[in-house]
Amino acid sequence: MDDLRNNYLTAIAGAGDEAALEEIRVAALGKKGEISLKMRELGQMDPATRQAAGAALNRLKDEIDAALRAKKSALADAALDARLKGEWLDVTLPGRPRRQGTIHPVSQVTEEVTAIFADMGFAVAEGPQIEDDWHNFDALNIPPEHPARQEHDTFFMARAEGDDRPPHVLRTHTSPVQIRAMAAQGAPIRVIAPGRVYRMDMDQTHTPMFHQVEGLAIDRDISMANLKWVLEEFCRSFFEVDSVELRFRASHFPFTEPSAEVDIRCSWEGGQLKIGEGDKWMEILGSGMVHPKVLSAAGVDPNEWQGFAFGMGIDRLAMLKYGIPDLRAFFESDLRWLRHYGFAALDMPTVAGGLSR
Amino acid sequence: MKFTLSWLKDHLETDASVEAIAEALTDLGLEVEEIVNPAAKLATFTLAKVLHAEQHPDADRLRVCRVLTDEGEKQIVCGAPNAREGITVVLCKPGDYVPGIDVTLGVGKIRGVESHGMMASERELELSDEHNGIIELPSGDVGQKFVDWLAANRPGAVDPMIHIKITPNRPDALGVRGIARDLAARGLGTLKPLPVEPVAGAFDSPVGVVIDDALKARGCPLFAGRTIRGVRNGPSPAWLQARLKAIGLRPISALVDITNFFTFGLNRPLHVFDVAKVKGDLRIHPAKGGEELLALDGRTYTLREGMMVISDDQGPESLAGIMGGELSGCTEDTVDVFLESAYWDPITIAATGRALRINSDARYRFERGVDPEFTLPGLELATRMVLDICGGEASQVVMDGAVPDTARAYRLDPARVISLVGMDIPEATQRATLEALGFTLKGDMATPPSWRPDILGEADLIEEVARIASLTKLEGKPMRRARPGVPKPILTPMQVREKAARRTLAALGYNECVTYSFIDGPSAALFGGGSETTRLENPISSEMTHMRPDLLPGLLQAAARNQARGFMDLALFEVGPAFAGGEPGEQEIQAAGLLIGASAPRDPYGSRRPVDLYDAKADAEAVLAALGAPVKVQITRKAAGWWHPGRSGVIGLGPNALCTFGELHPRILRQMDVKGPAVAFTIHVARVPFPKAKTATRAALAISDLQAVERDFAFVVDSKVEALTLVNAAQGADKALIEEVRVFDQFAGDKAEAQMGAGKKSLAITVRLQPRDRTLTDEEIEAVSAKIVEKVAKATGGSLRG
Repeated sequence: MDDLRNNYLTAIAGAGDEAALEEIRVAALGKKGEISLKMRELGQMDPATRQAAGAALNRLKDEIDAALRAKKSALADAALDARLKGEWLDVTLPGRPRRQGTIHPVSQVTEEVTAIFADMGFAVAEGPQIEDDWHNFDALNIPPEHPARQEHDTFFMARAEGDDRPPHVLRTHTSPVQIRAMAAQGAPIRVIAPGRVYRMDMDQTHTPMFHQVEGLAIDRDISMANLKWVLEEFCRSFFEVDSVELRFRASHFPFTEPSAEVDIRCSWEGGQLKIGEGDKWMEILGSGMVHPKVLSAAGVDPNEWQGFAFGMGIDRLAMLKYGIPDLRAFFESDLRWLRHYGFAALDMPTVAGGLSR
Repeated sequence: MKFTLSWLKDHLETDASVEAIAEALTDLGLEVEEIVNPAAKLATFTLAKVLHAEQHPDADRLRVCRVLTDEGEKQIVCGAPNAREGITVVLCKPGDYVPGIDVTLGVGKIRGVESHGMMASERELELSDEHNGIIELPSGDVGQKFVDWLAANRPGAVDPMIHIKITPNRPDALGVRGIARDLAARGLGTLKPLPVEPVAGAFDSPVGVVIDDALKARGCPLFAGRTIRGVRNGPSPAWLQARLKAIGLRPISALVDITNFFTFGLNRPLHVFDVAKVKGDLRIHPAKGGEELLALDGRTYTLREGMMVISDDQGPESLAGIMGGELSGCTEDTVDVFLESAYWDPITIAATGRALRINSDARYRFERGVDPEFTLPGLELATRMVLDICGGEASQVVMDGAVPDTARAYRLDPARVISLVGMDIPEATQRATLEALGFTLKGDMATPPSWRPDILGEADLIEEVARIASLTKLEGKPMRRARPGVPKPILTPMQVREKAARRTLAALGYNECVTYSFIDGPSAALFGGGSETTRLENPISSEMTHMRPDLLPGLLQAAARNQARGFMDLALFEVGPAFAGGEPGEQEIQAAGLLIGASAPRDPYGSRRPVDLYDAKADAEAVLAALGAPVKVQITRKAAGWWHPGRSGVIGLGPNALCTFGELHPRILRQMDVKGPAVAFTIHVARVPFPKAKTATRAALAISDLQAVERDFAFVVDSKVEALTLVNAAQGADKALIEEVRVFDQFAGDKAEAQMGAGKKSLAITVRLQPRDRTLTDEEIEAVSAKIVEKVAKATGGSLRG
């Protein structure tokens, strides 16, 4: 028995492949295998011998079977290892290319502004970009001969011959949306109106189209002090700083009274703008209390309602926040610019998650 | 508007520094743009005395001087002929910057002799062009600052110039006196009185005036003037010239300089005619049209009918209130002058000025509004100044018309001021502010002064009070939320869509562009636009003449620019307005994408292939899905002319076209200088139907535990048979059982035709059968298969491929 065991275990250990192993299995445990034959001989033994020999034979069978399996698995592992050694790939090659899309800074900043004002209860209003002169001017207390009209550098639409209406204009500001929003939903109202506006101006710092966001809040007791707070909150949140300081300066817009230009405290050092510190003041927007004539034009009773309006440049906000130097490049669609200043598709600004990464 | 500190001090008694004044001006709404302080560049120079001067040992024209300075005796080598013992000079020390020669001094050696600084000439300090010698001061002490000496002895030389921006509502601040009044109201000094003593007329003016009745009501309510005879019109006095130069005006002659002095000092434009060149009386009347006038700017203007003009018997002599005529203007030879002071209607002046494109200081002021009540006082003050400077004798005043009545009053509601501004300004302060600005208060009614045409209501009173109180002091106060609790969504469904389209496209790898809303006419015409209704009357360039009918031309132009820079693989998109017409509201939001070049850069795996129509279609479908478009849509081939006729389609719901996709027409690409092919899509964002009722609940999910069965079929069909027809036919074979039909292969082209016959192709579909209540038997599967083959055959004329 011991010889038998040694022979087979040695043979199994020395088997070089699965076929050799199978031969050994057949020779030992096959129907006519040596151990199977020995099992058959058990019948001829007396019960006592049979019991001892039977148990020993079964142990031997199990042992050889286990050795066969272990060897088989070892052979398979070795074969796999050998194969995998040949399966070498250069992991430093680039991954399969995938296009990276981008969101334009104007869209991104519009969403940032919207997120902040939404949190303060402002809805988003819209209006046409080809506007009639009543909404763009008259309703905003800019009568036809008002000098402010000339200062708007207005684009006019062509008029067909025989059409004697005053020409439509490309809206010169987002303020006409104030009129449309108030006329549509009355007071109280809180809206912002972002969008394209147009002025006949093209040089280093001007483009004939740019983007503004208008803000309007009308209620029974809204004051200019509330305006200042709202703008402070906006700037603090938008520029993502702990505190900001705003300075109101008296100014004039026909559609607000009193009117104020708003400056923000900042520093410019080494071409780097820092908001909320330093000793420079930078003008960022115009604002004021909505003129009673504007409220009346939009069908809101100025004896009952009052509130503020403001307007600021979205492109300019984007330039200030993200350090984009040239306004003209916004509209040139240079792929290098779009990729450099653009935002990822999933960088969606929220108040909860932060405006920028 | 520019003025100098000393000019301001003519009207304002104040000790305030120029910095304090500038800060107050900006805060008051008179924004300071620039302060030019000539003292700044002279700040380091001090007075010194030459103790001894002797010939330089090695140079004939140089002298070696011993000079007493605030730092003791110094040796200075000087080349000026007047450098001599005893004179008081202006000393520039080593380290000082000398503006006139643009040099920072050091200790130098001149021909072997050390020199510790220099003694300056006027030109070297940019005080004048004088350079014949160094400055010799008649007074002053050693060590005294030169700027202090100038301030005491030549204040004009160190007079700071302040440049402020004037908003259109403040014509009164177009005169120095108006600015002084604002500062006085703020508490920065006291407004000095401006007494007006009429000059008695010694004779009747040989020139009379008459206003046409048509213009008296509107145009020229008042025209006054007088003749001053026997004047000498030489250069004006130095102080007046210095004033005008300081604010950038060129002194011309005493008479003209006096009119400018009144224009800028008191916002009272005047005009002077040379009486010798005026024939008969002056008549203010509307032009007939066609008359010509050579104006003072040297240009000849042709008048249009109705333009207001001043004529004498010879014809037009002056563009009333805008610019005088050259022929009747004053020269150095003028002896008798007619001095005009009139009040012109702002709107009439603005219209004429705009039509003739003349920008003059007079027009600028009259169209914003000068003080009508100051017309005659201004004339009297100017008369006196002419007499003082030019001599002569004044006639009686001649005039026509009358000062228009501008009296009006508005209620001052102190509580409303506080409520609106949000600052606690006591009533007494509010009233005092208005009075300081010239308002008259009677009870709670405030009458604005005649120089404030902009005050037209209660709100204007509030602005005045707030402005003088200083908005800089305003402190923010929290604004309550409109309603408590978690705010509701604030975006409209359309706004949500725009964002969804934008973010989806960026996620698909497109770069967002923002292109101009206007494009050139020819490009607009290629895309169904360029009509008269969308044309701009005054485009800024020939590339921006029409509102865009579609976003694609803008994207194609962007693509052409990028191709020119060497970027050939492009995925660009824009979400924005396109304009169908020129009326408000004739605009719609489009989402357009453009793919050009290859799908990927070259890589080791062969990923790169040219983009094709199916890329555009997949991306368009992804956007449509993000917008909530239904899955079941129709696809037609009715795309517009700028698409490839065989390789474009329209995704629609019945007649409602949601999207066009496909290859762009090669001719269009050629015309737009784009190297193609290019595929694209335009989605009409608002045309995707909005859900009728909004619910967050999804339909229940029905999953079967029974095994689904997939069967493949290959059909031979005519090559123009569309896959969707085949798919729809197969789907119709058993709507309950067939869960999905998908095309998985197409075999077309020469090889296919060789196998299956000319004009044929093969389309292979896989059909997924999902039993619901029990497992399908082979017979049932066979029955459905037969039905599918039959339906497809009927719909397409095709047969199973053998």
